[in-house]
This record gives sequence, structure tokens and C-alpha cells, in this order.
Amino acid sequence: MKVLVAVKRVIDYNVKVRVKPDQSGVDLDNVKMAMNPFCEIAVEEAVRLKEKGLASEVIVVSIGTAASQEQIRTALALGADRGLLIETDEEVQPLDAAKLLKAVVEQEQPGLVILGKQSIDSDNNQTGQMLAALTGMGQATFASAVEVTDDRVQVTREVDGGLMTLSLKLPAVITTDLRLNEPRYASLPNIMKAKKKPVAVTTADELGLALSPRLKTLKVEAPEPRKAGIKVADVAALVDKLKNEAKVI
Amino acid sequence: MQADSEEPETMEFDVLIVGGGPAGLSAACRLKQLAAAAGEELSVCVVEKGSEIGAHILAGTVFEPSALAALFPDWQERGAPLQTPVSRDEILLLRDSETASRLPNLLVPKNMHNHGNYVISLGNLCRWLAEQAEALGVEIYPGFTAARTIIEDACVKGVLTGEMGVARDGSHKPGYVPAMALRAPYTLFTEGCRGHLGKQLIAQFKLDEGRDPQHYGIGIKELWDIDPALHEPGLVVHTTGWPLNENDATGGGFLYHAQNNQVYVGLITDLSYSNPHLSPFDEFQRLKHHPRISRYLAGGKRVAYGARALSKGGFNALPKMSFPGGLLLGCDAGTLNSSKIKGSHTAMASGMLGAEAVFEALGNGLKGAEISDFAQRFQASALYRELYAERNFGPAMHKFGNYIGGAIAFFEQNILRGSLPFTLHDRLADHASLKPAAECSRIDYPKPDNRLSFDRLSSVFLSNTNHSEDQPVHLRLSDPQLPITVNLPIYDEPAQRYCPAGVYEVTAADDGSGKQLQINAQNCVHCKTCDIKDPSQNITWVTPEGGDGPNYPNM
Ligand SMILES: Cc1cc2nc3c(=O)[nH]c(=O)nc-3n(C[C@H](O)[C@H](O)[C@H](O)COP(=O)(O)OP(=O)(O)OC[C@H]3O[C@@H](n4cnc5c(N)ncnc54)[C@H](O)[C@@H]3O)c2cc1C
Ligand code: SF4
Repeated sequence: MKVLVAVKRVIDYNVKVRVKPDQSGVDLDNVKMAMNPFCEIAVEEAVRLKEKGLASEVIVVSIGTAASQEQIRTALALGADRGLLIETDEEVQPLDAAKLLKAVVEQEQPGLVILGKQSIDSDNNQTGQMLAALTGMGQATFASAVEVTDDRVQVTREVDGGLMTLSLKLPAVITTDLRLNEPRYASLPNIMKAKKKPVAVTTADELGLALSPRLKTLKVEAPEPRKAGIKVADVAALVDKLKNEAKVI
Repeated sequence: MQADSEEPETMEFDVLIVGGGPAGLSAACRLKQLAAAAGEELSVCVVEKGSEIGAHILAGTVFEPSALAALFPDWQERGAPLQTPVSRDEILLLRDSETASRLPNLLVPKNMHNHGNYVISLGNLCRWLAEQAEALGVEIYPGFTAARTIIEDACVKGVLTGEMGVARDGSHKPGYVPAMALRAPYTLFTEGCRGHLGKQLIAQFKLDEGRDPQHYGIGIKELWDIDPALHEPGLVVHTTGWPLNENDATGGGFLYHAQNNQVYVGLITDLSYSNPHLSPFDEFQRLKHHPRISRYLAGGKRVAYGARALSKGGFNALPKMSFPGGLLLGCDAGTLNSSKIKGSHTAMASGMLGAEAVFEALGNGLKGAEISDFAQRFQASALYRELYAERNFGPAMHKFGNYIGGAIAFFEQNILRGSLPFTLHDRLADHASLKPAAECSRIDYPKPDNRLSFDRLSSVFLSNTNHSEDQPVHLRLSDPQLPITVNLPIYDEPAQRYCPAGVYEVTAADDGSGKQLQINAQNCVHCKTCDIKDPSQNITWVTPEGGDGPNYPNM
């Protein structure tokens, strides 16, 4: 069984995001970029399936600028076998991403597609679900445990206040939650080996599709800075302030 | 420094370079250029502790392009990120918190003229240099630390990379990755100021014998978006005097107008200061309130923050740079020109010099034997002439303070062009310069206004620093009691104030038995000040997990 993993290049989670002064978006100039953490978990899960002998090949696909090759190489260093970049300089919205991934699914015929539940830049949490709808595959989102047996996969999902266990027929789409696994470090020899693994580059055009963004960003604003706290003299003063100033009680 | 009993996995290269700053990357490029010209294969590997090249690089930066032009004469066509030529120079003597006088052009020391230089982000220049190096075939591995030096038979054989996935208590977490041995006939150490392996090499091979102690400064810098109406691309402002002179300290401020309505503002405090109550961080916050600085920042927004020590002992403190199996180059040795506070072009020049020496040695069939003619090679270089000419500057400043010291240096550099018949020395190491707290006046720093000035924690936040929490503390205390038994009673534990990231806090001991030094290692920005200034020399900075530390954009 082939496993297809989708990975996205996003601002590194350590970086404090800065809104551009003209509010047109977020400043990406020389900012450290990295693989979306949920995608990293997806790669790790796929590699573990391969190590257990349950997957035959792990293919990573990314949609984005040429620079996204870096994230594909990282996935290859973590143990994926080959990469595919769908190169575009345009903004990629979830529906377009899902359509492009569907084209890849048709080419590669994977038994399982694993994606992050969302990317930490736009927080849409839609691509996996849309891909499942477009391809007609079953979906299990927010996975915190995955178990493949013959032609089925059992997925534990994190839901409000508890866990839910689903059993799906393969092929299926899974999106990962934070607790699914802890991704490994890429070792130096593996980074070197990754440089020699094949990465194909294609475009939406070649896949017979055109990007058609449906959403327009009007403006991006930074959150209000938190107001400094104050010290109150006693409980009475606190209650008074809560009642009369904050008007919360 | 031997490898653990279990033999680590090994990779071999022709030349190994520790640190991807200007010195290391220039050395890497030069080696590959020489190999290509000679039609030879040469494997060159660079390890860098930052998550990417440039992530840990912090400088002013007014950049002198001489060394870059020697390395890539066509740097302009190749698109090197030097976009803002210096348009105007101002030197201000700040008299107090309100007033200043401008040094007339005629009196501006020759070495402070910046015509022909550029205001750049040194981090971005390094990102570009790394692209050139990779195109030449250099293998660059960011996110990997050189944690230890491999020394066998009194010869450096390479380094061990840091382990990954070690828990705070030393046990191995799932996913643990052991150290790897990277071996090469020659290793170039270019870790920048106070390199932690460089420090050990200097001691082990007695490289500083007969030299003055190295002197340091701590530079704290911020990047601001300012009102476009106040922006003057290429304007370079240097300040001296206030606020440091109020506390008998020396150093200087800077404000550089870069591109995109951004300015770099910072303060360098010489670490030879004597009052343990002094806080370089708070001095910098004060500086921004001076009308000559605040007039540009008013209404602006702070974008990034960071700090880094710089080696400024200059010529007299330069250690021997060769030893069996390697060279010590750039600010790891201390090649900064301290009269100009410019070290990036000299670091590049020393990296290139090192590359040429190593290439020749390998060509002559040497496999790690000390490159003993490196000193002569250095003496014949333009770099040497530059550093020799300014040799009295630092010591004069330290001995006589900014004003008179400046006068001596000015006289020497403008009238005599570096040919004073004597050499001034400064033999008191920076960690030995603190006076007991009781003998010094306390300093009450104003509270931050959160417009121009800020506290440490909100500042560190903007350095994007991060250290995975569950790992051994990378700030090692030789004697864990000493901060409380010696530093606290005598010096009021100055680490609380000299650390620009709020890593050190004196708190009530967990068991209620008095006080303890709490180390918030995850905040560290790798500036190395604690390793330098601790009066007891009890703190050793070691490499944390690879990729940890600040993530500076455009610094
Ligand atoms: C506030 C400030 C302002 C300055 N202004 C100017 C200026 O205007 N003009 C100018 O020319 N110079 C300026 N300098 C000086 C300049 O920054 C240095 O001289 C220059 O960066 C030295 O280059 P380097 O390559 O030797 O070291 P660095 O630039 O320090 O680079 C060393 C690299 O090695 C890495 N490293 C270190 N140890 C290890 C290890 N063990 N394993 C793996 N990687 C490691 C570091 O992360 C870093 O990337 C300034 C410095 C400061 C602090
Ligand atoms: S702990 Fe030391 S190296 Fe880290 S930021 Fe503080 S002074 Fe600098």
C-alpha cells in the first residue's frame, strides 16, 4: 500500500508573526519557514506504517513556491521515499489544494492519504475533508491513534470531552492531531540521503487544473495588545471593579 | 574531550567548518573556488547551530564591502543584499538625557567615515552567502551543533555533533539521536565571539600565551518600523557618552536607517564596566528616550530584538590562530576592528585567508599537521595592516574613557595613521573588573513606557528564541552554590542584570532554605555574556539541542 502525505511550508511556529504595515498580509521577508507541525506528524505516521511493513512507499506532496522543496526534503530526511511539488506562486486556498491533491490521488492510487488537520498559518481545517468529499474516500479527522489492519484502518479521534473510535475501509483520508505521535529528528546521514531521493515538479496546468481562489483577503490585523493588569487593594475593591468597570458580574 | 566509549557514527570531509557566519561561509566559498580553479574535488561541510543560516546572526550593521568584493567581484550582479548605501554620517556626543552635540565633520575620526559602506542585515548577507556556497557545492547543515572537539594525539580531528532527544535528567527520550563524529584533516573554527569550542582550544593549545586578555562588549539591538516621514535611508548615527558615562561605563549607541522604513537601533556596552548594578539592557532602553534617538522612533513599532557579545580586544588580544588540525578564525579569534566596531568584513577576510592556507596545506599533502606559516600569511595580509593600525584604540578607550581615549585614538588614526611608536595594553580581564556592590552606587532604572522602552520578557519574545524544555540546562555552573555563596553577597549576582534575556533570577529556594539562582535556559539568545562576565567564571555556555535559540529575521 502506498501512503500519500501532504505537507505545507508555513512560518516556523517559534516565530512571532508580524502583520505588514499596510495590513495586506503577514510579513514573510527572511522569516524562518518550516514544515507545518501537523504535517510533520502526518509524515511521521506514514513512516511508522512503512517501518511496520504496512506501507510499501511513502510519497510526499507539497503545493507552493519552489522553496517548498525544502519541506519536501525534510520529509524525505524523516523517511519518506519520494516527493512531488506542485509549483505555484499563487495563493492556494483549501478547495484548490483539495482538487490538486485529488489529481495526485488519481495518479498514485494510494491506499491511505494523511494530512495535517490544519496548517498553522491559515488555520482552515478544510483540505482533508474536501479531499475526502471530492474523491469519495472515507475520512477520519483529528486522529490521535491509527491502526491499519488488512483493508481497514481504525482511527481514534479526539472529540470534545473524549475519544471516538472509527473503522474505515481503505483507501481513506486521515488528518492528524497533535497527540498522534512525536516526530523524530532528522539525522545528518538521513538529510544527506534525502538529497539524493527523487523529487518531481509539476504544475496545476500539467495536472489539467487551474487555480481559482474564491476568497479575497480584505485586511489582516494584529491582535490588540494585552492591557497591563492592575493591583487591587482588597476583595471589596476587586468586586467593585468587576461589577462597575468590567461589568462582568 | 574524547568520544564516548561507544564509537559514534562517522562522516569524513576534506575540510570541516564550525559555524555558518561571515567567517565560516567565506572560508567555505573560497575553498570551493580554489578547488574549482585547480580542477580538484574537495568536500567542505559547514555545521551551524541555528535553525537556519542567519538565525543566530546579529550585528549593526554598517558593512564595508572590501572582503565581499575580494570573494565575489561580481557581488552586485549576483544580487548580494547590499541595498542601502550609507548616505550620511553623524556622531553625537550625548551629554545627558536631553542634550547632545554633534561632532563636526572635521573631527570625526577617519575610521568612522562610512562613505562607500552599506547599511545591511548581516543575517541576510549570510543567507545569501550560504546560497553561493551551496551553488559551489558546499554542504551546509543548519540545526546541528558542534558540541565537542575530537582531539587525538594532540591534534584536532573534527567535532562531535550534539545529541538530540536527551531529557533534563540526562536520560534518553524516545527518538534520541546520538552524537556523530564529523572528521576532517582540517577543521576551521568560526563560531564567532566567545565560541565555546574556541575557548577550549585557546586553553588547550595555549593560543593566548603572551597576548592581552580578550575584551568584549554586549550589543543589544532592535529593529523598528518607523514613520516613513522620519526615514532617511542610509543615515548612520553613532552616539557616545550618555547614558553609559553616568555609570562610569564605556560603549556607544547606533541608529542605522535601512530600507523599507526600518531602522536598527542598539547600544554596545563594554563588558569592562565595574559597577555590578549596571544593566546593559536598561541602559539601552534609556538610550531610546534620548530626543536624538526618540525623534526617529516616535510613533514607530518595534519588530525584533536580540543581543550578541562582540570581541573587541583587537590586535593585542589576538591569539595564535593555528594549531594541529585546524585554525581559529573570525570573531572566534577576535578579528574585529574595534575602532570601527566592524568585524564582519574582517571575519570574512580571515575566513578567506584560512581557506587559502588550508587549501595549500592539503595540496602539499599535509593531513592535519599544524599550518605553522599561518602567522606569516596573516602578517602579509591587508587584514593584518588594518588591525595593527588600530591596536591602541581599545586599550585607550578602556584606560582613559571615551573622551580622552578617543582623543588619543583620534590623534593616532588621523594624524599618525596608526604609527604611534608605542602600544597600549589593557591586561585586566572583563570578568575581573567588577567592584563589590557595596562600593558602588545603586542604579534606579526608569520603568519602561511600553512605547519606546520595554521590559526583558516582552523583548525576548521578539527574538523568537526557543529551547525544547526537557533537555539538560545549557548554562552549566561549575559550582552550583557559588552564585548564592559568593556572587550574591559580594556582587548582588550581576547575572540578573547583564543577561539581556532574563535567564538568571535569584528566587526563594524551593525548600525554603534561603535563595537560589533560577536559570530560565529556554530564554537564552546565545549572546555569551554570562560566560564572559561572571566574576567567578563559574558559568559555561554549552550548545543546547541543534536548531534551538533565537530565530532572527533581518538582523
Ligand atoms: C550589536 C553588534 C553590532 C555590530 N555592528 C557591526 C557593524 O556595524 N559592522 C560590522 O562589520 N560588524 C559589526 N558587528 C560585528 C560582527 O557582527 C562580527 O564581527 C561578525 O559577525 C563576526 O563574524 P563571524 O563569522 O566570526 O561570527 P558570527 O557572525 O558570530 O557567526 C558565528 C556562527 O557560528 C555559529 N556557531 C557558533 N558556535 C557554534 C557551534 N559550536 N556549533 C555550530 N554552530 C556554531 C553561530 O550560530 C553563528 O551563526 C557587530 C556586532 C554586534 C554584536
Ligand atoms: S544566558 Fe548567557 S548567553 Fe544566554 S542570553 Fe543570558 S547572558 Fe546571553
